[in-house]
Amino acid sequence: MANYFLDNTDLVYQFEKLDLKEVVELLEDNYKQAEKFNYAPVNYEDAIENYRKIMEVVGDIAANYIAPRAASIDEEGAAFKDGKVSYAKGTREALDILSKAELMGLILPREYGGLNFPTTIYMVAVEMISRADASLMNLFGLQDIGKTIAQFADEIQKEEFLPGLASGEFTGAMALTEPDAGSDLQAVKLTAYQDENGKWFLRGVKRFITNGNGDVLLVLARSEPGTKDARGLSMFVCHRDDTLIVRRIEHKLGIHGSPTCELQFNDTPAQLVGAKRFGLLKYVIYLMNRARIGIGAQSLGIAQEAYEEALKYAKAREQFGKSIYYLPVISNMLIEMKVTIEANRSLYYSTCVWLDKKEKYEDLVDGLKAAKKPFADANEKLKHANKIVSFLTPLSKFFLSESANKISYDSLQIHGGTGYMKEFSVERLTRDARITNIYEGTSQLQVVAATGGAINDIFAEFFDDQEKKEYKGNLIKLLDCLKEMRELYKDCLKYVKDKKDSNFQDVAAKDLVEMYGYIYTGFLLLNEANTRQQKVFTARRYILDSLSKARKNAESIKNELYSDVLHADTILI
Amino acid sequence: MDLHSIVMVKQVPDTANISGQVMKEDGTVNRAKLPAIFNHEDRAALELALRIKDEHGGKVTVVTMGPPRASDILRECLFMGADEAILISDRKFAGADTLATSYVLAEAIKKVGNYDFVFAGRQAIDGDTAQVGPQTAEKLNIPQITYAEEILEVTETSVKVRRKIDGGYEILESKLPVLITALKDSAFPRPFKAKRVMAYKNSKTLLELEKLAEGNSLLYTDQLKEEYQSKHLYIQTFTMDDLKLDEARCGVHGSPTKVHKIDSVVLAGGNQEMVEPNKAGISNLIDKLMEDHILG
Repeated sequence: MANYFLDNTDLVYQFEKLDLKEVVELLEDNYKQAEKFNYAPVNYEDAIENYRKIMEVVGDIAANYIAPRAASIDEEGAAFKDGKVSYAKGTREALDILSKAELMGLILPREYGGLNFPTTIYMVAVEMISRADASLMNLFGLQDIGKTIAQFADEIQKEEFLPGLASGEFTGAMALTEPDAGSDLQAVKLTAYQDENGKWFLRGVKRFITNGNGDVLLVLARSEPGTKDARGLSMFVCHRDDTLIVRRIEHKLGIHGSPTCELQFNDTPAQLVGAKRFGLLKYVIYLMNRARIGIGAQSLGIAQEAYEEALKYAKAREQFGKSIYYLPVISNMLIEMKVTIEANRSLYYSTCVWLDKKEKYEDLVDGLKAAKKPFADANEKLKHANKIVSFLTPLSKFFLSESANKISYDSLQIHGGTGYMKEFSVERLTRDARITNIYEGTSQLQVVAATGGAINDIFAEFFDDQEKKEYKGNLIKLLDCLKEMRELYKDCLKYVKDKKDSNFQDVAAKDLVEMYGYIYTGFLLLNEANTRQQKVFTARRYILDSLSKARKNAESIKNELYSDVLHADTILI
Repeated sequence: MDLHSIVMVKQVPDTANISGQVMKEDGTVNRAKLPAIFNHEDRAALELALRIKDEHGGKVTVVTMGPPRASDILRECLFMGADEAILISDRKFAGADTLATSYVLAEAIKKVGNYDFVFAGRQAIDGDTAQVGPQTAEKLNIPQITYAEEILEVTETSVKVRRKIDGGYEILESKLPVLITALKDSAFPRPFKAKRVMAYKNSKTLLELEKLAEGNSLLYTDQLKEEYQSKHLYIQTFTMDDLKLDEARCGVHGSPTKVHKIDSVVLAGGNQEMVEPNKAGISNLIDKLMEDHILG
């Protein structure tokens, strides 16, 4: 039987390499949970064994139950009739089996029916689900809504909303975007007001809301009349009821299984989550960062499936008397796809582990503060982790979503004319991939978010340490390449800074972020190659390719390629 | 109403994945090369039993007769929701045909006792005999309904079942206890439940504990058994002695079925005949097929 976990040796490799010891200890409160729950781990090894077993279950369901339904889900799509949204048959069946398998509350606390897994492990599951059906990820991946409630809501709200989300009885939605507030969420207008008894109500319109028909909605709303910026926004939670109208669902290029709704709140009763005015600044940022991480896994899953399809097709398709797999041009494309996926996966799970660490340090610091204990050391760790996550999260989303597009594009190319037809799944993958570098923040915005980390050279110490390590044979040459890239990077950074032209800096940021991302990922792969023979090929291809891209980026900056942006009005006539 | 179901399950070679390495030159199957799986129809049978429990309360016990590695599917049953699992295993059971197997299973079921339903898959994909279920019912002296497609109604004392017959179905009603053999499509098996997977992943049969003890001089089987029992991770294990069986009726001694010879049959086309594409031609073809007993 096929299994998207066990059959994917690279995923298993990354899983086995995860170092979550510190995270799991904090998460499991030193394994005290085991006294209360017979499925809680008794130590770290037991926790890892739990994660492995459950990933095997997810891998089985994804490969044998969900993947066979993906084509029909795409064809049927979510539907809207008489004000009601319905999922495709395959979507309903998939959600049903995932609920029965108790997989809808992977990251929620056990007290509310969840499994209390680290985010990293949840993302391994999201990658596999996305590979089986990218659109299902948009529903399965909504577990972050429960997580946000668990993190910031009060006890009564948790009791009210979490058990249903954990069991799969409820699905959720995050209602943030509005017609005039997309990338710029500060502009949110939907109003939250209180009646004389202090009860909150919501009034206004939200647009492009994934699963807006869900049972539990987190809503970003303006609670402070007269304000115009983020400080007037608060977060609310509400049940779907008759006051909440789905006006329409969008007809989309891809992810057809996931309904994208326009919502009208007509004095919908709601509850405030956490403190007023922190809606965007704290809670939605938390939710959005996690959602971005989720899109990374979705991108990776789509890329993996596109690669598998290309490989399978290339082997089966015979032209010129042999399978096209043996044509160097084709095998070269396949290698490029595979290497990109492996490099991305390495970058991705490193990002996830840092996110887990950051969140756990936050809890640790909060706990120490509450107990009036010294927290300076923990706070240092938190600050460090925070810096890294603030860079790696947008970088991963940027790299992985762009790759998903490139890889599905190449996979379709390998299929030739056949790939353009509906008979093969690659045209669906190509359509599904296209949203990944747009929603939850476009690539352009991810670059903006990642620029600070790159400019501050946040990995300087890490890179220095890596350079001091001993490397075997050919890897020394690759180390030299990475050193050269660091020099190129520093040189370009200085050039861009010295130029003091903010237009130029805005456009050159992409080149800089890319270069910095190549160096970080390059070092991850170099490390892997140092202990695993098979990874030498991956590291070699990735680092050499990155070096040439970095040189190109450096050229663009040094030649002032972008100085003509000042003359846009003259050029764009 | 609390209803107790006992489900007979079997671990079988995955015949859907037969590759070149698996067939020996003499045409028999090299079982060591085949992955072992949960017999599909047995899984459907377990699902039927679990649904009865979900709806009416009670419990589900699974039994399997097989080598130590059959413990794997017992754990899978626990993952799906079975309350108790029992491995019936003894070297002396080796080589059992359906007669000897049903003898052992029936005795094990009697030992468990107090049941309302005995479920089994219609047949196992390795032997394809469909005899073990019916023979077990005979030995338990209870009614049987084979080829079940759907359970229509359950009361405290009776069950109504739709069973498949050639060209259609029939609906039978039986008093309890009853033995039912299930077709694969009678119930789509539920997935493993994550919490149960984590809770029971380390559950072990006596034979597995013995193996652990063999490999480590500091461990003793009795101690291990006690430890696993206290953690609710012990899977009951019946040997021939536990069941006080007649050795002459077990294993190869108790099995009148002897494999005489296995041929690897290669089907090849011989002569061919043209059939005219008209009524008379088709009619002739049907007559001929009936003469050859291919049709009818």
